[in-house]
This record gives sequence, structure tokens and C-alpha cells, in this order.
Amino acid sequence: MSQNTPKFTFDGGIHPGNRNNKDISKDKPIKTVLPKGDLVYPVSQHIGAPAKPVVAVGDKVKTGQLIAEAGGFVSANIYATVSGTVKAIEKHRVPVGDMVLSIIVENDGLYEEVEYPPAKSLDEISKEEIIAAVKNAGIVGMGGAGFPTHVKLSPKDPSKIDYVIANCAECEPYLTSDYRRMMENPELLIGGIKCVLKLFDNAKGIIAIEDNKPDAIELLTKLTKDEPRVDVYALKTKYPQGSERHIIYACTGRAINSKMLPADAGCIVDNCDTLVAINEAVRNNIPLMYRIVTVTGDAIADPRNFKVRCGTNYRELIDEAGGFITEPECVISGGPMMGFSLFDLDVPVTKTSSALLCMKEDEAAHAVETPCINCGRCVEGCPEKLIPSQLATYAEHEDYDAFNNLFGKECIECGSCSYVCPAKRPLAQAIKSMKKLSIGRDRAIAAAEKAKAEAAEAEKKGGEAK
Amino acid sequence: MNEEMNLMSVTSNPHIRDNWTTQKIMMHVIIALMPATLFGVWHFGAYTIAVILVTVISAIFFEFMYEKLLKLPITIGDCSAALTGLLLALNMPPRIPLWICVIGAFVAIVLVKQLFGGLGQNFMNPALGARCFLVISFASYMTNFAYDTYSGATPLAQLKAGELVNTFHMVVGNEMGTIGEVSVLAIVIGACYLILLGIIDLTIPGTYIVTFVIFWCIFGGKGIDPYYITGQLAGGGLMLGAFFMATDYVSSPITFKGRVIFGILLGILTGVFRVFASGAEGVSYAIIISNLFVPLIERWAPLKCFGYVKPEKGGDKK
Repeated sequence: MSQNTPKFTFDGGIHPGNRNNKDISKDKPIKTVLPKGDLVYPVSQHIGAPAKPVVAVGDKVKTGQLIAEAGGFVSANIYATVSGTVKAIEKHRVPVGDMVLSIIVENDGLYEEVEYPPAKSLDEISKEEIIAAVKNAGIVGMGGAGFPTHVKLSPKDPSKIDYVIANCAECEPYLTSDYRRMMENPELLIGGIKCVLKLFDNAKGIIAIEDNKPDAIELLTKLTKDEPRVDVYALKTKYPQGSERHIIYACTGRAINSKMLPADAGCIVDNCDTLVAINEAVRNNIPLMYRIVTVTGDAIADPRNFKVRCGTNYRELIDEAGGFITEPECVISGGPMMGFSLFDLDVPVTKTSSALLCMKEDEAAHAVETPCINCGRCVEGCPEKLIPSQLATYAEHEDYDAFNNLFGKECIECGSCSYVCPAKRPLAQAIKSMKKLSIGRDRAIAAAEKAKAEAAEAEKKGGEAK
Repeated sequence: MNEEMNLMSVTSNPHIRDNWTTQKIMMHVIIALMPATLFGVWHFGAYTIAVILVTVISAIFFEFMYEKLLKLPITIGDCSAALTGLLLALNMPPRIPLWICVIGAFVAIVLVKQLFGGLGQNFMNPALGARCFLVISFASYMTNFAYDTYSGATPLAQLKAGELVNTFHMVVGNEMGTIGEVSVLAIVIGACYLILLGIIDLTIPGTYIVTFVIFWCIFGGKGIDPYYITGQLAGGGLMLGAFFMATDYVSSPITFKGRVIFGILLGILTGVFRVFASGAEGVSYAIIISNLFVPLIERWAPLKCFGYVKPEKGGDKK
């Protein structure tokens, strides 16, 4: 890992161009929304072990009170975002479609807040305290993956971290939440980067922004003028520039694969909103309770960006944005490229909900699949340099060996292949499900081998005993 | 929860799609062939209109009948049969009897394309497969390029025989040959249109032409002589083949590396046929033979994913 030349872009990827639709909500200032109904806190809003509820039905809670604690090292705390009474602890639908154990809090509308420990200046805080604060605040990657941030901030060898990258690319069409954050609270973002930089003495901070947001680039460049350790990089606008592997490549020229961590390339990557949350947690001891959600799409009357308390029902956000103009055919949690379509709107905003996109027409449902003509558009569009058309065919045949020989498991599920396919094949869908099957199969094989080895060991011991 | 849950449409991501469709791509290729087609009609006279129409219509008809008889979904709407018919017509001599056009369309659509599974499954370019079939079966018709009062050899054959040709006429298209191949200018205009739209790129045509020129300079016996190089490039089906036939998606490799290997193979084979074989032309055979190598090329061209790390040597040995 010796390269240090920024590329400012990557190979492959797609240009949604006039389908970007960021203008719909780009200039709408962030509006704070107060929840009206019950708030729902799923115990699993992150990658890793589910959190364990520490409140019981009937308990009174205050804003900022811990209601579920991390269930392991790779897990995250969850806090109440309103004051009220715990109404139930039961399974509830979450945006990805599963039923997940959730703590349901009845909002008393008083917003009584707990007393946070007194704030300290960054100079007085030790490295351990920073990581402890991030862990305590329940911060996870808010760009969509939801990986617990304190784990990311604890690499094996902190001295080998050369770059702390603020992922402000926001490459998904329609999304403007990070853009609004940068325009309205740039000091919080820079503050967050400084907190992370304090952990890594040899690191340089990079704020990476796609060049379709020139005003954000200008603003942050101006504000970081006197910060010797922070640079602003303008990256070429291309989807999926915000993918962790590809933003590392664009900023440093270092390429990592699925078996490596960003730390292996000497990088720590955090999303814009995550860094703002880190800033609040480290400097003010305030846990992760809010996030910015873009409510947009052609079926929404008044598209907007909202500052939302986690746990708020999606329906309330739609009402807040003026409701539907027409009945939408599909509603997506997240952006159009990687978001999940919802079949029921009765789901809560979680730590990873970046947008609520309401579309009059569901293009994916109307696409008519025709035979592959081998045009190679998916190959050109694949940021991982794979051959999606062949991978999808092997996925349909469930041919694990061929799928893995063509690096099927390297897929980052960005959906570029499906987007460009003129035959409208559901390439990403096929590869995604095959990837899951293949990883499951690998685990099963590993488990079987382990069991076999143990059995052999036991037999050997038994033989010796005789 | 609601009494009657109003379920919304649930689909897998991505939820937006590009505007390109197979049909649109085929239509644009047909449009890109129009300069060459119109030039052929103007140059060779009204009879060529009959040749083009009969070939295109019978190609569509055979696709329709085959799918109707086998109760398959009718796919003539994707324009690929019309494109195959047009390409075949452009590879016909100007005074070809119309019944040969019908046979050619049958071979292209039924034998080369549909019997192997239809669109996307043909193992070689259907139009060129049919042309080679016709050249072998009806050699006298397929190599008779006489029209109106003109007769004799094509410029490429003249070059081979050591006669002098007018390369300017060859570039413009004022010469003998098949309907669509004569005007390099018209073909290049169409090719530029496709390149601008992003339908084809220069990988295959570029490596093909460069390799052929290098091969010709080494083995052609004339050294590096611009006159002969221009003559070879402008003569015969090289330009039509390089830009419209070799770039056929289905029968060419999908990766960049594969396309480079494919282009080099095409250049070498064309050179071998033009320099060492008895005939003057070799583009059609070079393309269909290279088409057959595509599965092998795809296996040879090593794939490296993003962030690929070479497995350590001896890492697995213990």
C-alpha cells in the first residue's frame, strides 16, 4: 500500500445525469420535525449483535436516556429521543422489511431531556475517552451500512492510519441530506473530523465531495483554510463514488477488496452525518438521536430535508412534506439505487435512514426483461471490474464455482449493472442473492469441516485411551 | 395497523433504469447504416432497393414464422432481424438475383440465429455466416460485381493482380464491390454516429485496423507504402466489417482485454487471407472464424477484480 496519488475518481460507474433529481430538494433548508405519535426503536439498527433492552414496559423515559445497550463489541447503544412511557417491547416492521424486536415509546410531548455530563474541550480529552464517547453514544455508519463507528475507530495499529476521509460524496440520485448538512452545519462536520484526527497522529483529514456540489466545496475549503491537517477534495461526479472502497481509491489511489478493511489501506472512512454525530458525542456528550432525512420524489407535494428524531414514523414525515400528490407506486427507504422499497409505511426512521423517496412509477416493476445481447455496458459500469452479465447467468444456474471464479463475492451491490442494462435484466438482484447463498454455503462448509476435524480429533483421543 | 393493508409495489434495487433498450440500440445501428445504404442505392441503381427490401423483409418474415411455428414469443419488434437483413443486403453484389437474398435471409435467421436460441445466442454474426454460406454455394453469383455497363475486377482484386487503382475513388465509393462496402466515407460517417452515441467504441475496430496494417507492412511485400495501405484499407469489406460486423455485441468478447485480443486476431486473419490466400478478400472469413474463438478468448483474458491481490506464491503449500 504505497500509492499516495489521489485519482479523484474511479474506473467504471454510471452517470445517472438528468436522473439525478437532486434539484428537487437541494435548496430546501433543514426543518426540524417533532414526532406526534409513538416512537419505535428497533434493537437492530446496525451491523452486529442486537442491542439488549434495559427498560421495561411502563417505565418512564427521558430524551437522551439509554433504553437498549450494546449486545457485544460489534453492536451499538440505543437512546430514547423523546420523553414518555415505554408502551410495549414487541416485534415491529423495519424499513428493510423484517420484523425486529422494538421498544415502543409513547410520546408525552414534553421532551424532557436528561442531564448530560459536562462538556470538555477537545484538548482535555484523551484518545480512549473519544472512543468511549463514540461507543457510548451508539454511533453507527449513517450512510446506510450501519457499521458501529467505535469499531471502525479502533484499528489494530492506529499509527498506520494515514487518512481520515469524510465521505460527503452523496452519489445516490435524489439525496440531499449530506449536502444540507455541509451547507448548514459545516463547523460540526469539521469538528467531527478533528475529533477523529485526534485519534490518529499520523493522519490527514480529507473531506471528499462530488464536484456537482461546488458551493459545498467552496464553503468547506474556505472554512478549512487554516486547518493544516484537513483538505477538501473535489471528486468527479459519478455513481457509486460514495462507496467506501471507491472513495478510498479516489482519495489515495489505494484499492482494497472485500476481504480487506479500510484500515488495511491506512484509511478511516466516515459519512458526513456520522461525523456530525461524533462531534456531538465527543464534545457535548450527546448521544445519537437525530439524523437528516430527505423526503423527495415526484409523488410528494413539498419535497424537503428534515432533522428527524430516530424512531419517528415514516407516515409523519410524509404528512410533514405535504402528503402525496398522487398515490405513489413505490416508496423507497434510501436512494433509488440502493434503497429498499417498502410495502408498508408503518416503519420507523432508524439510524441509517437517509431518505424517503416516493415515486409515481416503479420503473423496476415495469422493465420487461429481454435476452442478454452481450453489449458489455454492465462490464463498463461495474466499479468492481466484474462481468455482471455472466455472474447473473451463473447465479441463475446456482453454479457456485463459476460464480466465485469470476469474483462474484466482490460485488458491492451498487446496482449500476441493472441500471445500464438495455435488456433490463435484474442483474444486481441475481448477483446479490447468489452472493448471500454463496457466503452461507462457505460458512456451512467451514462448519462441516470443523465438525469433521473435531470428530477425527475425538476419535484419535478415544483410540489413544484404549 | 390498517384493516386492509394497502400493499405497495416492492421491487429489488435499483429503482431507476437507463433509457437504453435493445430495440433502441438496434434502431440506431440501422440509422448508422443509412449513409452506406443510400450511397449504394445511388451508386448502383434502383435494383439495389429491391435487393435490400427483399432481404430485410424475408429476414423479418423468417424470424416471425420460426417463432410462430415453435410457439415462441415473437421478437421481430426488437429490430434485430431487420438489422441482420440489412447487413446481409449490404454484403450482396449489386445485381444479385432476389431468390438468393431469400435463401441468405433464411440461413442467417433460422440456421445461424434461431436454431442456436435466438437473439443473444448466435455463435457467429448471422449476416456474415449467411454471406459465407452464399459465397460457397453460389460462387458465380456472389463474386459477379458487374452492374450497368461496368464489369471486371474489384479494386482489391486489381491490387492483388498488381494493377494500379485510384485510391481517391475507393475512399469516396466510386468503385465496384458489394452494395454497402464501397464508400469508406459513408461507413465512417455511420461509425462516428455510433461512437458518439456510445453504442460502439474504437477498441475492436482500432486494434483490428492497426494489427492489419502492421501485418500488411511486414508480409504484404510492398513495405510501408501509403498507396498500398490506403488501397487495402479502403478496398473490400474491411471498413464495413471493422465498424459494423466485428463490433456485433453478441459475437464479440465482453471485456476490454478480450476485445483487444479479438481485434488483433481479426487483423492477423484478414492479413493472412488477403496476402496468402487465392482470393483478394478475407474480412468475412476472418470475422466468423474469430467469432468462433470468442469463448476461448474470454477464458484466456484474465479477469482482475477491483483491489485484486495476487495470491502469494506457495501460500497454500504447507
